[in-house]
Parts: sequence; structure tokens; C-alpha cells
Amino acid sequence: MSDLEQFRQETRAWLEENCPPSMRTPMPEDETCWGGRNAVYKNPDSKVWLDNMASRGWTAPMWPKEYGGGGLNKDENKILQQELGRIRARPALSSFGIWMLGPALLEFASEEQKKHYLPPIVRGEIRWCQGYSEPGAGSDLAGLQTKAEDMGDHYLVNGSKIWTSYANFADWIFCLVRTNPQAPKHEGISFLLFDMTSPGVTTKPIQLISGSSPFCETFFDNVKVPKENLVGELNKGWTIAKALLQHERTMIAGMGSGPGGGGGSGLRSPSVVAKKYAGEADGRIADPALRDSIAAHNMNSRAFGLTVQRTTDEAKAGAPPGPASSMFKYYGTEQNKRKYELLLQAMGTQALGWEDSTFEEHELSITREWLRSKANSIEGGTSEVQLNIIAKRVLGLPE
Amino acid sequence: MALVLNEDQQQLKDAAHAFIQDKSPVSALRKLRDEKNPDGFDRALWQEMVELGWPGIIIPEEYGGSEFGYTGLGVVLQEMGRTLTASPIMSTVLIGASAYMLGASEVRKKAMLPEIAAGKKIVALALEEGPRHAPYNIATRGGPSVDGYRISGEKTFVLDGQVADELIVVARESGEPGDRDGLTLFLVDANAAGVKITPTRMADSRNAANITFNGASASGDKIIGEKKKGADVLDAILDRARIGLAAEMLGAIEVAFETTVEYLKTRQQFGRPIGSFQGLAHRAAEMFCEVELSKSVVLDALSAIDDNRDDIAQAASLAKARLNDTFHLISCEMLQMHGGIGMTDEADIGFYMKRARVAAATFGDSAFHRDRYATLEGY
Repeated sequence: MSDLEQFRQETRAWLEENCPPSMRTPMPEDETCWGGRNAVYKNPDSKVWLDNMASRGWTAPMWPKEYGGGGLNKDENKILQQELGRIRARPALSSFGIWMLGPALLEFASEEQKKHYLPPIVRGEIRWCQGYSEPGAGSDLAGLQTKAEDMGDHYLVNGSKIWTSYANFADWIFCLVRTNPQAPKHEGISFLLFDMTSPGVTTKPIQLISGSSPFCETFFDNVKVPKENLVGELNKGWTIAKALLQHERTMIAGMGSGPGGGGGSGLRSPSVVAKKYAGEADGRIADPALRDSIAAHNMNSRAFGLTVQRTTDEAKAGAPPGPASSMFKYYGTEQNKRKYELLLQAMGTQALGWEDSTFEEHELSITREWLRSKANSIEGGTSEVQLNIIAKRVLGLPE
Repeated sequence: MALVLNEDQQQLKDAAHAFIQDKSPVSALRKLRDEKNPDGFDRALWQEMVELGWPGIIIPEEYGGSEFGYTGLGVVLQEMGRTLTASPIMSTVLIGASAYMLGASEVRKKAMLPEIAAGKKIVALALEEGPRHAPYNIATRGGPSVDGYRISGEKTFVLDGQVADELIVVARESGEPGDRDGLTLFLVDANAAGVKITPTRMADSRNAANITFNGASASGDKIIGEKKKGADVLDAILDRARIGLAAEMLGAIEVAFETTVEYLKTRQQFGRPIGSFQGLAHRAAEMFCEVELSKSVVLDALSAIDDNRDDIAQAASLAKARLNDTFHLISCEMLQMHGGIGMTDEADIGFYMKRARVAAATFGDSAFHRDRYATLEGY
């Protein structure tokens, strides 16, 4: 038996024993496990599943073992993901620490910092939030004004952030701060980590058009931050910020490339939904114009999925990493928005309910998801910013 | 199969690139047009392609080919597409050899495939009867007679029909135009009595022909596929044609896009390069995404044939529809972004736009393929 085949057998057996049965059922949104000091486990099995996975380092399977990760190579990780998929296991941990901060720390942090910060991320003990955007710094992120002054033995942070995802639940923040107001804007930024329970930190949830409040305003009023919490060099934080944004874009683009490459499955599949709500004639969607729009959309989704696959295959074959993340961010999010517009078109007023029992639960969620999808092409760099990046960095068009 | 070329395919692509750039730049097509070349291609150039083994790329070794697969043929077509090179490779190899490989008897394969591989025969598919692609909309009749079959009807837009040695004629034995049942693909000698070939010059400077069959004689055992069930093999042949044509279109798209981006960098107006204006830069970035998606669907469709996947039809419709739309977009933007110079015959831009439109109309426009894709996917 090859090593990989043996790994698969062992993994399968371990999962069989360690993944509680209730963690193999579809996950309601309010059971998503984000971990953290104040985590509440509606289903106690979520905590068991998290601890079991974390004990193997499999919440961050490809991080080095010395930092608490699983130490798996690409092939082993692929097998792990396949085996998790096979039993339809829920994600053990959803975490900005794993998706965004961790990869940046692995690349830029000191050895001491990696040892200090990474293992609690793997174990889901510390929940992180991202302090990037500010009221005056959206697309022009480098124009941020939150400042950190050198007070000798600590930094003093003052300012405010906006669109901080789940800041009201987070334990720590990774934050971009201005440490040199005189330098050109990209050269005076630093990357700072600090505890959200520090005196002077307050958060205020923002209610969105979808009715939910995943984002906050975050205020810093004379927050004292130890100097060892600086990652990388002083005033060189923009390099880290950019690297981290690429991880974020890949994550957001993924929202539009689910099963079928953004075509959507089941009650999120435009063709299934159109047959159900707009009617069927001889096995076809009865409305020919809607049918044509859905075919065009699904074909684009398939082409997008193939492009993700091709990029992965090229990377495996040793091609230098392309400008993929901006293209994927742009196309994936626009495609996800179009999917919801098509679902609304097919479902008519049944996808426009707000609350009450005359609507099915999934119909009410589609209304909310449609509204939520509008943020996809804004967060993590707007579509227009992605097009700028493609034009300048990929095509080499002049300034 | 992974969506990357293997080493052999990449080598073939590089060799084809060097050959085409050297022997057949766009000026070669311009020359064919200006000379009103009756063949529609350069026979000396075709002979060189034969010597390189291109007509035998997809043909199995036992029939005199190199068995290099459709991905191999695809990269050659892509390189030819870059300079809009005209040759009988589409009609004779992509379509003709595919038809024989998919649906001819062993005896016929042994007789014809080595001839195609050696560049000795030109084969053309006589299918369309109206101005829009409609593979089952066939009124041409194939009926029994005392000495075999007689074929009568009118065909249009037969690619390379003006130079073909043999015609694959889609004719109806039973049923009505529009029916999928009742079609047979007869092999007819282009020089036979009752066959009248009228060359047509198309806007893209490539030639085709209208062909009238007036009781032309055919034989019940000189056919491709099964009698009255010809639609099965016809669909398979057409899918290979669509995928190969998409590969050719991809090459043309790449050049059209590269040329346009280069122009955006160099053309100065208002004291700066026009590519610095966001109104143009964003359109260029959007085109980049469309081109990248186009590369993926072509590679996937070619490997679908080579891997004999069960979704070749979906892959073909996906590729053809997308490449139609992308070529249309890029060629129109190429003209617009070049401004007035794009309207002149002296620039090559017009050649790309004309080819885009003819290629889109060949073997199904985008609406045709969206409809087909939806049907195949069960909605």
C-alpha cells in the first residue's frame, strides 16, 4: 500500500471514530463554530469536533506542526478534504485567524510571534477580527488615518475602523495603523496585533440592508499596545496588508464558486428553481427568455470553475503564480450576484418576503442572501479596484 | 486530465507557432484575397503542412497517422488561428477524418484515412441548407434507385466544397425537415454526374461552396454511421468540428487582444497613453477575464474528446458559445479602441472582425449552443 493510501485509510478510520454523528448533518448558520474565549456552543458536539480536529492540527492542516498545524503536504491535505467531504463533515472551525492572519504571520512574523499566536488559532481559542477599512479609507485603503504613536515602551492607538467583521465577538484584532504620518501613504503603515479587551476599545454593530449585523464600527481611544505586538518592520506593514488581502480575495471569490462553480445546487440552482417557480414545459423551463439567461449564467459558471481548475493545474506543473486572485475575486463575486438576480427573477414575489409563515424558510433566506451578495463586489477590494489591478499589474497598462 | 498541455503537446505547439509565423502571416491571407485565389488556400503551404504530418495528427497509427489526439490538433489550429491561416485542415482533417474514424466501415477507413494523412484527398461536409446552422433541418433526399441511391437537393456554405474530392452529404431517407430520425450520411464523389458546385466568396476571405445534387448517384454501403440514424454520428462529428473551430478562434482572439493591449500602451492622446484612461483600462481588464475563461473551456473540450468523456456535447457547446461571444467582443473592441485606423483595409483588424463573424455563424451561434446546453443539462 502506498503511503498516501495508508494515510487515507488511517484518516478515514480516525474520522469515523472522532467526528460526532450530528457533525455530519447540514449545518444551520447559527451553529457555525467560530471559537474564541466567549464561544457559545448551541450544539455541544461542535466543541467536541473542534477539539478533536485541533488535537491533530487539522483545523489548519497544512501549517507546520511546530505551530500547532497538521503538517500535511498538498496531497495529504487533498485526501483529508476528500475524506471530510465523503462523510459530509461540517467545518470544525471557521476562522479569520486561519484564513487570513495565519498565512500572513507564517510569512512575516518573528519566530517568537509564530509560536505565541498560531497554536491558539489552530485550537480555536482566540477569535480574530480584521482592522483594515476606515470611514475615510475604503477602496483607498492606504489612506488610513488610525495612528499608533511610539510612547517609548508601548504604542498609543487612536482612531476608528469600519466594516470590522464580528468585531463585537472577537478576542483580538490585526490592525493597520499609521506610524509615520510624514511618509508617502504606503510607507507609513504598520501591522499591529492587540487584545480587544484593552482599555479604550469599543465596538458598535452596523445593521445592514439584509437585516443582519455582521460588521461593526470599532473605536480606539488611547489604546496601549505592547511594542512586541508589531509584526514585521515598522512602517513596512503595507506589504503584509497586500499579502493578506490576496488570501481574503481568494476566500471571498470562493463564495461564488461553490458546487458547480457558482451555478448553485439544489434550491440555490437557478435552473432547478426556475422549473419549480416559473413552470416546466416538455422538461424545459417554460419561459424561454429566462431559460436562455440561466443557460448563459451556468455556462459562465462552468467556464469559471474550469479556470480555477486550470490555474491550480498550472501551479502544480510549476508555472509561476498568476494574477489569479484579482480575476477570481472580480469574476466570482459578480457571478454570485448574477446568480441571486436570476433566482429572484425566477421566484418572483416568493423571493421577496421579509418575514412570516406564508413563505418557506429557504425563500426567506434567499431574500436575505440576495441582499448580502451585493457586498461581495465591495468587500475585500471593489470590482473596480480589481479591474485596476488587472489593468496595471497583469496587462501592464500605464498609470 | 489536467488542464495543462503535456510536454509533447507543448513542443508541437511551439513548432506550429514558428512555422505559421514564418510561412503564413496575415499577409498571406490578404494575398489570397487580393489574387482572388480560386482554391481559397495556398496549395504549396498545404503541402508543407502535409510534410509536417499535420493532416495525420488525430488519425490512429494503423491508418497512417501519428495518433496525437485532438489536443494536438487543437494547438495547431490555435496557432493557425493566430494569423487566420486558411487551409483544408478544418474540412478534411477535423471534420473528414473525424467522420471516418467515428463512423466508417473498416474497409473504408483503410482506404481513406491514409489518403487524408498523406494529404492526397480533400473531404468536405455538405450539411447546411439554410443561412443558420440547423443540423436536422434537412430536405435533401436520398432515395433508393435501381443501381443504389440517388441524391437530390441543395446545400449551402460547404466549407472547401469548391476543392473537395469527396463530399459527405447529409440526406434524408425518411421523415420531414427538422426530424432527427431518417438521416443518412452518404459519401459522394465530388466529380460525379449530377453534382454542381458553385464557389462562394465569404467576407473572411475564405471560400465555401453551394452545391446542388440532381439525382447524383450514391451507394448504400458508402456511408458514415448507420442508415437513417445518421444524426448520431453527425452530432459527434459536429462536436469535434465545434471544438476544433473554437481552438482556432482562441488563437485569433489572443492576437486581437495582445495587439489591442499593445496599442493602448503606445497610442498617445491628450499627452498620455490612452491605456491610462480608466474607461479603456477597465474594458481591457474585463476582456482579459473573458480570454482566460475561453482558454479553459477550449482546453477542457479538447481533452474531453481525447479522454472520451461522456460530456463532449456539453463541452463543445460551452466552448463554441463562449468563443463566439469572446471573439465578437474582442474583435469589436479591437476596432473601437484602434479608432479610425481600425476601419482601414490596410490594418489587419478588419480581417479579425470578419473572421469572428463567419466563425460564429459556423456550426452554431451562441443562441443555438445555449439552447443545446440547457437541453443537455435537463432544463
